[in-house]
Amino acid sequence: MHEALRFQPVDAEPVDRADVVAKSRHLRRVTEGAARGLSLTIRGLRKAFGDNEVLRGIDLHIPAGQFVAIVGRSGCGKSTLLRLIAGLDAPTAGGIAFGEQPRAQDVRVMFQEPRLLPWARVLSNVEVGLGRERSSADAQARAERALVEVGLGDKRGEWPSVLSGGQKQRVALARALVSQPRVLAFDEPLGALDALTRISMQQLLERVWRDQGFTAILVTHDVAEAVALADRVLVIEDGRIAEDVTIDLPRPRRRGSAELAALEGEILKHLLEGSEDTSGL
Amino acid sequence: MSLIDSLPRVGAPKLPKVDGLIPWIVPLAIVLVWQLACVTGFVPSRVLPAPTDVALAGWKLLLSGELVRNIWVSFWRASIGFVIGGGIGFAFGLANGLSQLSAKLTDTTLQMVRNIPHLALIPLVILWFGIDESAKLFLVALGVFFPIYLNTLHGIRTVDPQLIEMGRIYGMTDGELFRRVIFPGALPSIFVGLRFALGIMWLTLIVAETIAASSGLGYMAMQAREFMLIDVVVLSILIYALLGKLADSASRALERLTLSWHPAFQKK
Repeated sequence: MHEALRFQPVDAEPVDRADVVAKSRHLRRVTEGAARGLSLTIRGLRKAFGDNEVLRGIDLHIPAGQFVAIVGRSGCGKSTLLRLIAGLDAPTAGGIAFGEQPRAQDVRVMFQEPRLLPWARVLSNVEVGLGRERSSADAQARAERALVEVGLGDKRGEWPSVLSGGQKQRVALARALVSQPRVLAFDEPLGALDALTRISMQQLLERVWRDQGFTAILVTHDVAEAVALADRVLVIEDGRIAEDVTIDLPRPRRRGSAELAALEGEILKHLLEGSEDTSGL
Repeated sequence: MSLIDSLPRVGAPKLPKVDGLIPWIVPLAIVLVWQLACVTGFVPSRVLPAPTDVALAGWKLLLSGELVRNIWVSFWRASIGFVIGGGIGFAFGLANGLSQLSAKLTDTTLQMVRNIPHLALIPLVILWFGIDESAKLFLVALGVFFPIYLNTLHGIRTVDPQLIEMGRIYGMTDGELFRRVIFPGALPSIFVGLRFALGIMWLTLIVAETIAASSGLGYMAMQAREFMLIDVVVLSILIYALLGKLADSASRALERLTLSWHPAFQKK
């Protein structure tokens, strides 16, 4: 496995006790990792808002622990699909079945906006992610561990307003991770970040996904991001899955490599087909 | 923590002790000019007594105990009226912000009542309550009610819905959602209402005490007018200004304390 990538901190941080803690925790997790993700099966999923049918019959099986990216034009229904999977909206028809009945804290969502509580310190914001276990005795310790995991252990006492955009998203990630979810849905979580921050966030997402073994579903409009991170890319068009591409490339993937570029080109070509209008991308 | 911050400052020497005095320069200058104008006879003392005369009048009233008693009476009326009106306004603001049913039921009525200037009710209030304490408390409470009500309602309605959705996703109960998301989110707006209300509180009290009272600062000023004690009249006005400033400072301090997360209140 790719130890070098996994242990690479997001920021250049001195190796300290926290790092050692993170490593030992990681070793413990690898053993349980494979069993942590939840598989999910979607059958005949439809969603309409009034007369506007956004999803027109989605059939999909995602194996446990897979990293799936969903791409498509604006308004193709990809975010709607994610909201249905996360249980934020109810489908008009069809259904979503998980491999096991998930508890509330097993499915988490991360949005494009960090959605941190401005009036709560970073650590309390992460504690929010514990859901019903918020009041348990080890809540604070767990929140601290999640913060260290995203490389922000030293920001625990800060107000969110002093953090940069990338740091806020990392706090949001820690909040999503702290309950050790088995399915994590990302709704364009990096959409508002600058190019360099995006890349380091992508590496962080990949690392925590490999560490924790959850099933990851990433909605993005960035095809390069999709092929760099995912095992599988779904292209959604007019409320249906138009293409299902398996990305069978070894990790860590080198950004800008010829294989990635070829795959990206292929998917982009498909997205652009049938319409001259590219503004939707 | 940039490089610039770590360099010694050249252009702006820090004068922390002087910094706090800057807001008082203008009031002090006004008093000085005022004193000068009176001493030179530019302003006759029948129109405006010199600040030293006002201070002297204040000293005499202080010694007789009259000043303290009147200030205390006014302060008490203001606080009780504020607590009653503000409390009811806050409760209605919460109820109408959180419950559609409650808003439908009462908001229209309250908006109608709001458009009546509460001081226009003085004749009616005197008929109802006489010049009793309850008349003053009623007027202050009524005046304070609306800014608190409106701003609490506004604060709750404008809490970021994305944060509320986030709270629900993370399994917050209704109580937790209120305590951790809705109330803190509405707090900046509630404070705006609080400061408006404090202003209205003094205004109402002055008018009420001037028209119908047998004690208090407004009564003291009206009595002084009867006896042409212009220095006492000016003194009462100055005390109102000071009390107003005091209330404002208190609410600001409370704001700083509870809104320390807000970028506007963070120390650079």
